Amino acid sequence: MHPIELVNSLRVFLPPDSVLYETEDLRPYECDGLSAYRQIPMIVVIPRTEEEVIRILRICHASKTPVVARGAGTGLSGGALPHANGILLSLVKLKQILEIDPITRIARVQPGVRNLAISESAMAYGLYYAPDPSSQIACSIGGNIAENSGGVHCLKYGLTVHNILKLRVITIEGECLEIGGTSLDTPGYDLLALMTGSEGMLGIVTEIIVKLIPKPEKAQVVMAAFDDIQKACNAVANVIGAGIIPAGMEMMDKMATHAVEEYIHAGYNLEAEVVLLCESDGTAEEVMDEIQRINEIMKMSGAIDIRTSNNETERLKFWAGRKAAFPAAGRISPDYYCMDGTIPRKNLARVLGGIEKLSLEYGLRCMNVFHAGDGNLHPLILYDANRPGELKKTEEFGAKILEMCIQVGGTITGEHGVGIEKINQMCSQFKTSELELFHAVKSAFDPDGLLNPGKAVPSLRRCAEHGAMHVHRNEEKFPDLPRF
Amino acid sequence: MQDIINQYTNTIRVAAKCKSPLRIRGGGSKDFYGNNINENNCDILSVTAYTGIVDYDPTELVVTARSGTSLADLEAELQMHNQMLGFEPPHFGSDATLGGCVASGLSGPRRAYVGAVRDFVLGVRMLDGNGNDLHFGGQVMKNVAGYDISRLMTGSMGTLGLLLEISIKVLPIPPIELTLRMQMKEATAIEKMNQWAGRPLPISATCFYDNNLTLRLSGAESAVRAAHTKLGGELISDGLAFWNSIREQSHTFFQSGKSLWRLSIKSSVPPLILPGQQLIEWGGALRWFACGENVDADVNIIRSKSDLAGGNATLFRNNKKSVSVFHPPRSEMIKVYQRIKGKFDPAGIFNTGRMYREL
Repeated sequence: MHPIELVNSLRVFLPPDSVLYETEDLRPYECDGLSAYRQIPMIVVIPRTEEEVIRILRICHASKTPVVARGAGTGLSGGALPHANGILLSLVKLKQILEIDPITRIARVQPGVRNLAISESAMAYGLYYAPDPSSQIACSIGGNIAENSGGVHCLKYGLTVHNILKLRVITIEGECLEIGGTSLDTPGYDLLALMTGSEGMLGIVTEIIVKLIPKPEKAQVVMAAFDDIQKACNAVANVIGAGIIPAGMEMMDKMATHAVEEYIHAGYNLEAEVVLLCESDGTAEEVMDEIQRINEIMKMSGAIDIRTSNNETERLKFWAGRKAAFPAAGRISPDYYCMDGTIPRKNLARVLGGIEKLSLEYGLRCMNVFHAGDGNLHPLILYDANRPGELKKTEEFGAKILEMCIQVGGTITGEHGVGIEKINQMCSQFKTSELELFHAVKSAFDPDGLLNPGKAVPSLRRCAEHGAMHVHRNEEKFPDLPRF
Repeated sequence: MQDIINQYTNTIRVAAKCKSPLRIRGGGSKDFYGNNINENNCDILSVTAYTGIVDYDPTELVVTARSGTSLADLEAELQMHNQMLGFEPPHFGSDATLGGCVASGLSGPRRAYVGAVRDFVLGVRMLDGNGNDLHFGGQVMKNVAGYDISRLMTGSMGTLGLLLEISIKVLPIPPIELTLRMQMKEATAIEKMNQWAGRPLPISATCFYDNNLTLRLSGAESAVRAAHTKLGGELISDGLAFWNSIREQSHTFFQSGKSLWRLSIKSSVPPLILPGQQLIEWGGALRWFACGENVDADVNIIRSKSDLAGGNATLFRNNKKSVSVFHPPRSEMIKVYQRIKGKFDPAGIFNTGRMYREL
């Protein structure tokens, strides 16, 4: 369908400010949180109701127009990068908290509701929504579903997939699927899990029921400094091995602590090679017990400096440094590129050593902050986009880090999603038959491939052209595919 | 072990070619669960030979094991390292396997407080209906590369493929557990269970039966003792045996020989008036009814009440099974299920009809 015809058919039921097509109006939507990739969409549509979403999707389906859904646009993998010949479906106006049921401990919300707004509304009842991605002040719950967002506390409290009960999903045909329920389980296939993290490839979420959990009575954090990375890694394993599941377990290397200390003054030990933050939460008795044990384990593991937060102000100060790590990287370097691999924890020291080597090889600094409890690394490669060739070098460095994650039994993305950014690395992590099954699942929902085309799962042709070796399990890559 | 996989692949490819159905079976401990499959028409694909723990490092909190591994052996190994399967899966017999546990998707008393099987599954290795050997997910806690096929496989009753290996997150065994009992009426018990779940208390299981509310506290000793003081209740000495009888359904309630309905509903729904006796678990979210023999007479009222209660009703145990065992989904959902099934199992050979007759 011609863009003008499309605009006209949308204008039949949408007001002028819900259908944008002038370049200056489209510009704000050209990228999400991954600004290295930009594309102006053909049209931006901003529905106000589920009924409007249904009508929009029916039009897209009939006219074979691609649709890219967008929440708050904070995603870090380009999942909401627009399609040049498609509609960008912004769900920001679906932002009602429809119901908080403090007795059943659930909230029914629209996809445009901000993650933190749910917890704020539930606070009066002593409840909150557990997943806390670092962008929680801005990111939308619909986007969290699309990416299966995690956060600092997910080792103990789980990811988005563990904290939702029900979704209303509109298919590309405009049919409404009710997935899950207010019960703890539903017979049939677990489409709730399939939808979570599917990056807008299978349907458009219009309503979500999330679980709310009681706010812990108390939280306290131990800050331990180590003069050796291996000792710090051992400390992480020792805590887990002692039967403790910390509420949060974060690690920062020396470059990171120096960068944030100048900026936030969190009181980190600057002599240390690594600083570890380990939080305990629960009832007052539980926390007292656990904090004491964590202290002993840190000492036994060879920490050179151990401090425990004595009050809430101090706890937040310890955390402030970790939370400011990304902006701190921005202060010491014109640009930085954030990676997101996950590895089995036992390989932490090995992978960090590998990153250090690559850093020397590429002549680029790399600062490491990560969720040590679940092995989710966020190496930040520092570069200057104005220096010719440096972005390309950075991307190569990043790709090597991800391949290393796969080699040690990990994954190319722990929580940021594949989007457009890691589409080539998918070719390394999965073999042809696995990618084919992903495509088959996609086609079960969207046979014409209209929902977020080109994202999350690479075409086999792309993989053949990309030429990255499938480093998994030492199989030859795509022997069954012709080369172009 | 690869030769065993090759045999499975071969069996699947031959069956797919002739469109001859296969019944996937581990130890057979959950044969009773799901719709009846006409055994005469299908070959058994047994996974009992494919056993063993592939990888287990306690400090990683992950175990990877082959699907034929005995659930009891696996749990014993974890226990040696002071760890457990957090979802407390029912075995329903000494032959239970890990594969059956994941395929049936059943979780035990801890489910409402800690999570279900699907919450702990991190990755699978499987054979699809074309006999392709596929890996999804992995051994790490956080992984968003590709669609979540591992969880899709969990609870799919073997209708999508053959599970070969499963990676599961494990949890430390709580340092101490106490079981408390207090007398109260059903309505009060439902209220209390919901109220308590909204407070930071170390509750790990609840059960209401015969005007008695039994609950389990798990965690650090200080926390558990403090919670006991807050909640009151009589301390039960054989807590372990009690929760095992609920988990394995050896408790008197489950031994009536009547049809057993499993109603999974919104936890706060007030007492349901239905024929037969009742036992409540999961803080009110799971209500078991042992009804009379006339399933056809009960089914409509039970299913409509569970619809109203925001949930679903499964005919958990009954030999006749004249009705669909699982709550019938809406027609648009069945269409989606059929399309998914068609992609995984194009020839329609895996456990056909066991979950829904259309699949």
